[in-house]
Amino acid sequence: MDLVTPDLGLLFWMCLSFGIVVWLLGKYAWKPILSSVQARESSIEDALNEAKKMREDMARMSAGNEELMRQAREEREVLLKEARDIRDKEIAEAKGKAKSEAEALLTRARADIQTEKKAAMSELKTLVGDLSVMIAEKILREKLADDAAQRALVDRMLKDAESRLS
Amino acid sequence: MKLSSSLRAALVLAGAILIGSSFASGDHPQHGTIDHPAASPGTAHEEHGDGHTKKEFNAGELIMEHIGDSHDWHLWGHTHLPLPVILKTPGGWEFFSSGHLMHGEKHTGGHGTYQLSHKNKMQVVGANGEVDEAATAAITDLSLTKNALALLLCVALMCWVFIGMARGYAKRGVSAPKGLASFLEPIVLFVRDDIAKNSIGEKHYRRFTPYLLTLFFFIWFLNLIGLIPLPIPPFGANVTGNIVTPLVLSTITFLIVAMVANKHFWMHILAMPGIPWPVLIILTPIEIMGIFIRPFTLLIRLFANIMAGHIVLLVFFCLIFIFSKNGESLVGGYATSPFALAFTVFINCLELLVAALQAYVFTLLTSIYIGTAVHEPHHAHADHH
Repeated sequence: MDLVTPDLGLLFWMCLSFGIVVWLLGKYAWKPILSSVQARESSIEDALNEAKKMREDMARMSAGNEELMRQAREEREVLLKEARDIRDKEIAEAKGKAKSEAEALLTRARADIQTEKKAAMSELKTLVGDLSVMIAEKILREKLADDAAQRALVDRMLKDAESRLS
Repeated sequence: MKLSSSLRAALVLAGAILIGSSFASGDHPQHGTIDHPAASPGTAHEEHGDGHTKKEFNAGELIMEHIGDSHDWHLWGHTHLPLPVILKTPGGWEFFSSGHLMHGEKHTGGHGTYQLSHKNKMQVVGANGEVDEAATAAITDLSLTKNALALLLCVALMCWVFIGMARGYAKRGVSAPKGLASFLEPIVLFVRDDIAKNSIGEKHYRRFTPYLLTLFFFIWFLNLIGLIPLPIPPFGANVTGNIVTPLVLSTITFLIVAMVANKHFWMHILAMPGIPWPVLIILTPIEIMGIFIRPFTLLIRLFANIMAGHIVLLVFFCLIFIFSKNGESLVGGYATSPFALAFTVFINCLELLVAALQAYVFTLLTSIYIGTAVHEPHHAHADHH
């Protein structure tokens, strides 16, 4: 039974030393150790969270960049289209103007030509009339130099007139 | 698993008591030769040379001497380290060296004359030279015995290791641990997360973690110190296998549970809700017994496992001397030694495992008991989520 009979002296030393070690380690060892382990754990967790947040931010930023790029591209398209439209319009306008101007010129030219033509015609007519009269005078002078020819002519003419009347 | 380990503990305890009682009944005749006043190295040699007075080898006696407590520290051969004797007598305090009491010598202090019994108990010797039983019962022996010295050295070692570790943390801030701390930190975290947090719960475990850490390392260090076969203090002392250590530790567990237990816990002990009253007549006494039995199983488990480990180790070692018939049969000794040594090494490895395992089991069960005491009913948990 000696084995299972607690010895008073050892019991005293056990209570004393265990009490001391619980108090000392609790105050000077476990408290700083546990708190610094916890601090380290939370700092690791914070760092991980920070990294995650940064990654998310980066993703968001690159998404934003893409959006901006897309917008810029769209804007460029719009601008280009506008420029093209303006150019087309201007070209069309210029073309129309040139055409109408050319037409006007043409019309005027045509009118001028007509006028010139009329003037030339009338001049030509006068000239032709004069010449005809002159030629006719000459011919008549030539032809009507004898009476017989005159009578023949009058006869022929009368005959023409008769055939036309019948 | 728990049942089988308890069963094992009970068997081992029964075996230990058997060995103990056989020692108690069989040792007396040899004792006179051990405590012979003239036993100095020289005379001891002469005694060995003389066939008539040569003492018989008694394994039980040797084992009990090793696992028991002592007023001096047996270093090697006949060299003993005397330890201080502290006595509280009705007349006052007595302080003297245990060197004065070696080999059955008597020492007369200021308040009486003392001697050590063969079981290492302090006895008061009366004027007639006989043991004065009444006076012996009146004194309290607070001597710094072998176990007490090992205990104090272990406590000093623990303080040095862990306070040093804490200093290192203070110095390095939140960076990774270095040196011994890098070995001990995973164990500290294991105790905190897998023992304390798991069994006590997120809400309460912080309060108990420092105590559980001290408890775990206290048992583990003492177990290891007891296993290291060096002949100098504090090694080889069977402190955790002495009934006092598990007794104190399990009593503290009981007190903690009794102090921190909430209404819910006591309700479940005294009147389990939802159980019809005729069943409660049986159940309540069982539950009340349970709160005492649980720390008691802690006591038995640690005590029996560690003590049995020391006994088994020594038994295998003693086989050499039993088979060699204490030097008479060299053949027997040489033939047995390889096997005995192999078994001793094997058991020692096993005991290293048991040293950590018992520290783990004691700490784990303590935190489970605390966990059941502070556990809150489920509707309270529902509030958290």
